[in-house]
Amino acid sequence: MFPRTLKALVGVALCSVLLTALAARAQQEPPREVLIRNARVMTVTHGTIPNGSILIRNGKIAAVGANVTAPASATIIDAAGKTITPGIIDSHSHTALRDDVNEWTSPVVPHMQMVDAFDYTDKGIYRALAGGVTSALLLHGSADMIGGESVMIKTKFGLGRDQLLFPNAPRIIKFASGENPKRVFGDRGQMPSTRMGNFAVMREALQQAREYIREQDDYEVKVKRGEKDATPPKRDLKMEALADVLRGKMIVHAHVYRADEFLTEIAIAKEFGYKLRAFVHALEAYKVPEQIAAAGVGVTTFADWWGYKHEAWDAIPWNATMLMRKGVVTAIDSDSDDFIRRLNQEAAKLVRYGGISQEEALKTVTLNAAWTMGIEDRVGSIDVGKDADLVIWDGDPISVYGIPTKVLIDGVVFFDRTLPGLGTTFYKEGQW
Amino acid sequence: MRTIHQSSNHLCRLLFVVVLLITFAFAQKKPATPAQGKPAQQPTATQAIVLKGGRFLTVSKGVIENGALVIQNGKIAAIGPLASTSIPARARVIDTTGMTIYPGLIDSESQLGLTEISADEMTNDLREPADNVVPHMRVSDAFHAESEVIPVTRLNGITNALVVADIRNSLPGQTSLIQLDGGSAADMLLIRDFVLPLNFTGDQRRNGNGRSESRGGFPMTRMGVAAQLRQALLDAQDYARKWDEYERKKNDPKATPPKRDLKLEALVPYVQGKKTVVISANEPSDLQAAVRIAQEFGLKFVLNRIAHAQPVLDWVASLKVPVIVGPIYELPKDTERYDAVYRLPAELHKRGVKIALASYDAHNARNLPYQAGYAAAWGLPADEALKAITLNPAEIWGVADRLGSLDVGKMANIVVATGDPLDMKTDVKRLFIAGREVPMVSRQTQLRDQYTK
Repeated sequence: MFPRTLKALVGVALCSVLLTALAARAQQEPPREVLIRNARVMTVTHGTIPNGSILIRNGKIAAVGANVTAPASATIIDAAGKTITPGIIDSHSHTALRDDVNEWTSPVVPHMQMVDAFDYTDKGIYRALAGGVTSALLLHGSADMIGGESVMIKTKFGLGRDQLLFPNAPRIIKFASGENPKRVFGDRGQMPSTRMGNFAVMREALQQAREYIREQDDYEVKVKRGEKDATPPKRDLKMEALADVLRGKMIVHAHVYRADEFLTEIAIAKEFGYKLRAFVHALEAYKVPEQIAAAGVGVTTFADWWGYKHEAWDAIPWNATMLMRKGVVTAIDSDSDDFIRRLNQEAAKLVRYGGISQEEALKTVTLNAAWTMGIEDRVGSIDVGKDADLVIWDGDPISVYGIPTKVLIDGVVFFDRTLPGLGTTFYKEGQW
Repeated sequence: MRTIHQSSNHLCRLLFVVVLLITFAFAQKKPATPAQGKPAQQPTATQAIVLKGGRFLTVSKGVIENGALVIQNGKIAAIGPLASTSIPARARVIDTTGMTIYPGLIDSESQLGLTEISADEMTNDLREPADNVVPHMRVSDAFHAESEVIPVTRLNGITNALVVADIRNSLPGQTSLIQLDGGSAADMLLIRDFVLPLNFTGDQRRNGNGRSESRGGFPMTRMGVAAQLRQALLDAQDYARKWDEYERKKNDPKATPPKRDLKLEALVPYVQGKKTVVISANEPSDLQAAVRIAQEFGLKFVLNRIAHAQPVLDWVASLKVPVIVGPIYELPKDTERYDAVYRLPAELHKRGVKIALASYDAHNARNLPYQAGYAAAWGLPADEALKAITLNPAEIWGVADRLGSLDVGKMANIVVATGDPLDMKTDVKRLFIAGREVPMVSRQTQLRDQYTK
């Protein structure tokens, strides 16, 4: 009797603990279904729906259109008079890295991993979120010819570090050439201090990586043959990272300004058999758009920044739209803790400089940015099956008047302008 | 990254680079932009220009739908509804139906003409690093009228700007007001050396704050900077007194004039309250310290920047002085809500403060109207936002008789655009400065056209 009661009591206790735990978990989890309705929906891929709705199920977009039905249990967000866009994606940022952007003690540092410097508590993430950014690529700087591996995040400010890391993100490495590495190493009397030095250093490193791969391949052949005395080659983190570039396991973002350098970068990529995904900054890309388009390389650039150094002297604000007309996938990025807060305005400038549509302009800070980051099948447009990363705007987002009122990531509201305090739903003031 | 810190240099190498850069700069900068070129045959005294039709934002007297404006002898000769505005015979009539017409925009702080390529020090005339108190310097002496940045800027409707030396000196030299068109610096410098910045943001610790610029000398703290400022102002008062005494005794054959000191001489009109000091500070403590100094010496002043002054806005309003506020893009402090700076122009306006906006830039000065637009998005009434880059600065800088609104008798600095002046989607189609139609050409449009096949 006693033992049975005890058992029952223990059972009840366990059950209630479990239930509490489940309830607590349920609170953290996204509501299973959310319906945002009565909004102007800019889908990016299939036009703008004047009075549309979006159904979110388990963090993904389940339906979008003029007539969307939702179960009675769905949480309703009424967005009458507002515009919904996909979450803004910044394909070039150095925020939340605690100023550890450049390991410039050597021009070749592919083994740097920006995730090791990433500070998920940085308020820069909060300010980006409040500006409608839901995903960002945090890159190594441009002091080095071959910089480190980027970290890709979702701006889920208030959660822990691992929850901010973009799940299963493609690996992206930063290359750079031109004035920055010239200055950094040239000022110290080191190589490279010239553009020919730039590319010699780069080729040399890539050649070493080829040798490294060959050694590894040789070893594996020996193992297969059953050679007992086969010793594995020494692991070298630097070479391992570069080998992954040559094996096509890393996406390359190449920081390049001047027209001639695009052609050199394309030639070197061909020579060593890797693929360039995007030219970064690329302010003179408008001079060689056909070559860039033919190489299948995208561009991630600024709307109208110029004049800050010699290689930015020929920058023109029509760059992006001239590239888009030649079929180059073009993104507008921030490279700045300021601009990351208002990338929609930077996109809006393209409507004026080049006369593209508002939808095309929006694409530069959503789907095109996603493409340069290799996540275009998961985010960047309002399509069924994609992550429910959405911004609900007061005012026209492709104008100076657009202000995000709610920002959802994976179907969960992370920012709400109408809330008191900072407007964050997870971060509580004083939390860190 | 756009820029990376320079590391130290060997002298020889530096010299070599300097020589190279000079050579390069000369090689590069020679081609003249037609846009900049010769001034204007000024419109002949007889031929008037008429902007016929469209929406006129007068700024001073509201909006005129379907209006007309007559330009004659570089000035606005008439403005009103199309139906009731008489159009002079033989006028050049430009159809502006469907356009929005507004006064040329005024940037209350820029670095136009003081820098060409930021990273190339040879093209920068922004700051004299060896001294912190240099009121005798005049940006008018360095103003580079042929700068390629100027046509780029005016194509966005900016027709006038204050040219201001770098903020990192406490008294960095006197400011001039420019017109963004003209044949030479002489034409473009509309008012020379007319106000003096007084900077107290914490960035003026001349001889280092223990970090990058440490040279081990005075001052290296805020109290050092404040003491240095007070001494300079006292010296100027003393200097003025000596000259007054001399003026009184001038007829005495034994009287000798005091030795002239250009630095103190420059400060005299400011300590006498005849010219305006522009106080830049951001934090409440810095702002209040600088205002204390100004009040001790009876300086006539306006405020500038005050990006983090949110806790003391009522006190700011009580000073009854205009405020140049911004940039609106200044990052808030980590403890602040994300929109703390965005809301600042609206908050000041709400308290009855006359505000103006500024680019604080050269290359990005063209984006001035979007700062006003963003201030409007964050609660500043739209007409006040336009005022903050037109009539308000004209009044603050004492040029409202010539600039800042579409009124008869004012200089014909006029923008014709496709719509809302504050939105970046709007394209500027025509531009008039002092009645001359300025070609819509810059180095950037030339490059665009060259590479558009």
